[in-house]
Amino acid sequence: MLILFVLIVLKHIFVLLSCVPMENKNLELLEEKFQQKIDQDIKIEPNDWMPDNYRQTLIRQISQHAHSEVVGMLPEGNWITRAPNLRRKAVLLAKVQDEAGHGLYLYSAVETLGADREDTIDDLHSGKVKYSSIFNYPTLSWADMGAIGWLVDGAAIMNQVPLCRCSYGPYARAMVRVCKEESFHQRQGFEIMTTLCKGTLEQKAMAQDAFNRFWWPALMMFGPNDADSKHSAQSMKWKIKRSTNDELRQQFIDVTVPQAELLGLTIPDADLKWNESTNHYDFGTINWDEFWQVVNGNGPCNAERIEARTKAKENGLWVRAAAMAHAEKQRERTKQSA
Amino acid sequence: MSQQEWPLWEVFIRSKKGLNHKHVGSLRAPDAQLAVENARDVYTRRSEGISIWVVLSNDIVASDPSESPELFEPADDKVYRHPTFYDVPDGISHM
Amino acid sequence: MEKFNYLLRLGDDSLILGQRLAEWCGHGPILEEDIAMTNISLDLIGQAISVLNYAGDVECKGRDGDALAFLRLEKDYKNLLLVEQKNGDFGDTMMRQFLFDAYRKLLFERLQSSTDKQLAAIAEKSLKETRYHFKHSAEWVIRLGDGTDESHKRVQNSLNNLWRYTDELFYVDASDKVLTKQGILPDLSDLKSLWLQEVNTVLDLATLQIPTNNWQFEGGRKGVHSEHMGYLLSELQFMQRVYPNMEW
Repeated sequence: MLILFVLIVLKHIFVLLSCVPMENKNLELLEEKFQQKIDQDIKIEPNDWMPDNYRQTLIRQISQHAHSEVVGMLPEGNWITRAPNLRRKAVLLAKVQDEAGHGLYLYSAVETLGADREDTIDDLHSGKVKYSSIFNYPTLSWADMGAIGWLVDGAAIMNQVPLCRCSYGPYARAMVRVCKEESFHQRQGFEIMTTLCKGTLEQKAMAQDAFNRFWWPALMMFGPNDADSKHSAQSMKWKIKRSTNDELRQQFIDVTVPQAELLGLTIPDADLKWNESTNHYDFGTINWDEFWQVVNGNGPCNAERIEARTKAKENGLWVRAAAMAHAEKQRERTKQSA
Repeated sequence: MSQQEWPLWEVFIRSKKGLNHKHVGSLRAPDAQLAVENARDVYTRRSEGISIWVVLSNDIVASDPSESPELFEPADDKVYRHPTFYDVPDGISHM
Repeated sequence: MEKFNYLLRLGDDSLILGQRLAEWCGHGPILEEDIAMTNISLDLIGQAISVLNYAGDVECKGRDGDALAFLRLEKDYKNLLLVEQKNGDFGDTMMRQFLFDAYRKLLFERLQSSTDKQLAAIAEKSLKETRYHFKHSAEWVIRLGDGTDESHKRVQNSLNNLWRYTDELFYVDASDKVLTKQGILPDLSDLKSLWLQEVNTVLDLATLQIPTNNWQFEGGRKGVHSEHMGYLLSELQFMQRVYPNMEW
């Protein structure tokens, strides 16, 4: 009996041992096939096999993106009740509402990866997951609505357009929707700036002040320099990311500077000048200390933003519970009457 | 937590008469009524739809991607199912 | 003058409630509901734009919708006390919305047959929006009333607090009677009983009770507001007051 038992155990150990290299081999094969699909621009869909790292990277990136949309509602939401006329009020409200919509499209993409929306939101509230740092800057005047639409949404579009071709199907499809809607955002921002710049001296000064405060943070939105960006290479290979941070930043500066000049605004960078040989603008050094401080929680509004979102969730718990309880009661009632 | 969490619904929108409902995304709602209302607010803000379907994500049964070869590839060599497989002599029309 | 006065009442109700709902933006109990409340707010602001612009035309003093929305004194706003009440919790907001929507739905149904073509057209468009608002808010009142012990208690409390502002929904004065004679305002005398019927149907399903304390407040229609109104206006009017006479 004992001998039989030992034999069985031995057999199991043998099977286990022989399985490990086989499984590794299988995994390698799967990963190779996966990369081939990506190289051939075949989209990855939710139920397809994918490397765990690919899944985790996407969950992190898409949920960060979703959180950014939702936290991004707060700085602009700050001015809805003070918008200067009814048309602007409606436009701003519709714009901020779109951000909520974009958050939802993205959470919906995250959920296809097996992540739970509420879990990722809890990670946001606990500080485990970040969102775009730009939303940790305060909105101090009406002109900030213009600057955000023009610069922040402009930078976001530049980041997002390549993502419409991202290798993960649900993310790419969400981005197509988001990009379509974002272009209205940028235009309404630019329209606000144009009106201010054509207005009184006070209005022009308001526009310049907003531009001064948002220019550098907008450049930081593209993330660290390529040399310091730890996820970039793998993400490019997986086609989760399709252009580098520095490429996108340069592209943004090149298109935005002429727009600022058209508005008659001064770019708050003494080193900014056109470079004939590269056909790009040269620009000054970004304050990376400030960038990392804000990322790590020391921005002017980090605490307020997270507090506002946490409160919204906590204050909503009883509402969610009530709706579930009612739905449950309704099911019981239908069952009984059947 | 999980008890309070609203279930996930998949949303399908018919963009205009004559077209099929097409999957557009998902959302959370406690019941079917609110799922339809939320779908209206989330997915048809720009007149993208004239009809909405919602279905609990859990109720969707999907084919298994690992079975794709046996499910779909056998159809690939049945070219005779397509009209272009056949030669039609010159001078014949309406066929 | 009577028509101008009536349009202000109609437009201010939309404006002030739209402003209140906009405060929720970014703070809703769940993202989906954030979007829903913003949508209702957008409909209301849209109504305010068309009604107040029309009021400006009727007044003929060169004031447009924006001038009326942003540059009146508190006593010249003619909205209901109900709509200026603070948002409170989600239950307070939905109860306020429900009591108001039930009234506005009936009102717009009637106003469609106004002899004033423009008012009738505004009513027809607004009715579609309001029917949806009513469906949404009524369903929420039922969910919250029937939901958990906590939600029932909370939303019963909302009803108790807001009930005192509901008589004013049916406020009628001499100015309205002139309009009724002209056919601009249809006969609204049975509006309250119809409203009570609608409200009772929903409250029954929600297992909520109309409070026994029926002491009622009014004042908004005459320009006498609650303490909340001044703060609401100071935000609403901020830009126009600090930077007068500019284009935005």
